Amino acid sequence: MNLIVNAQPREVSSATLALALPELGFTSPAVATALNGTFVPRDARDVTHLKDGDRLEVLAPMQGG
Amino acid sequence: MLIYGSEIHSRLLLGTAQYPSPAILSEAIRASGCEIITVSLRRETADGSGAGFWELLRDTGTRILPNTAGCHSVQEAVTTAQMAREVFGTNWIKLEVIGHSDTLQPNVFGLVEAARILCADGFQVFPYTTDDLVVGEKLIEAGCDLLMPWGAPIGSGQGLRNPDALRAMRAHFPDVPLIVDAGIGRPSDAAQAMELGMDAVLLNTAIAQAGDPIGMARAMALAIQAGQAGFVADPMERRDMAVPSTPILGLAELA
Repeated sequence: MNLIVNAQPREVSSATLALALPELGFTSPAVATALNGTFVPRDARDVTHLKDGDRLEVLAPMQGG
Repeated sequence: MLIYGSEIHSRLLLGTAQYPSPAILSEAIRASGCEIITVSLRRETADGSGAGFWELLRDTGTRILPNTAGCHSVQEAVTTAQMAREVFGTNWIKLEVIGHSDTLQPNVFGLVEAARILCADGFQVFPYTTDDLVVGEKLIEAGCDLLMPWGAPIGSGQGLRNPDALRAMRAHFPDVPLIVDAGIGRPSDAAQAMELGMDAVLLNTAIAQAGDPIGMARAMALAIQAGQAGFVADPMERRDMAVPSTPILGLAELA
């Protein structure tokens, strides 16, 4: 299916968010996820099913003021 | 200084952006003596650079204050805060709801609404706000234990644009920790904030963009200590006219 991942179009075969993250190359444990603008906690990624057109944000610690 | 029940000794809170290198950032954190640093969440890159930065931060031994910088809506700020809580493992959040792209002025209406949602959800909110007293009251009603009024627009280095308003805030909120956030450019600005009775200063660009960030970190720390000690020591009143400091009594007649 086709997703928008961090504003980039990407194709994944995984059905859940937990499986899609490594498929997309996100292997660091220090990331947080939001699907279509809503926060998805780490322990809910297993039961979060993806659908075509979903907008996924994967955020990590960065410099900030 | 008690911040949400934690005893904090350093009155300088430091941002981590815009340093010439990660090594200089680490050194500046150490030179400043700060115990609290601010960080953000941004899109993870393919090389996983976020994890490396996170390791660098943890090595400094400081407490992490994640921000919601760049959020223009309540929804964005609340979602960012929730994500930050999970990644950084803290209930602390520096809440920014930006109202204007040029001035980065807080949208105080959205700020109060987001603060109410986050405080109810167990967050300990550090609201980046203006020096408006009514907004300050609303933030405290929403559950904030402290206020972070701006000194001047973020990154402008203008110093305190409205010292009288900060003085009024101090008088109006005698028991609320007040942290000047944004606008500090020079050590004298930071000292002035502390002389007005502010509890602490949060700054970033003034150190990160100085010619020598490590030297400036040290200078800011000293200025903040000096300003705070000056406030505690109760400065003299200003006078309009000169008053001789050397006694008149015993002055020789030599004319």
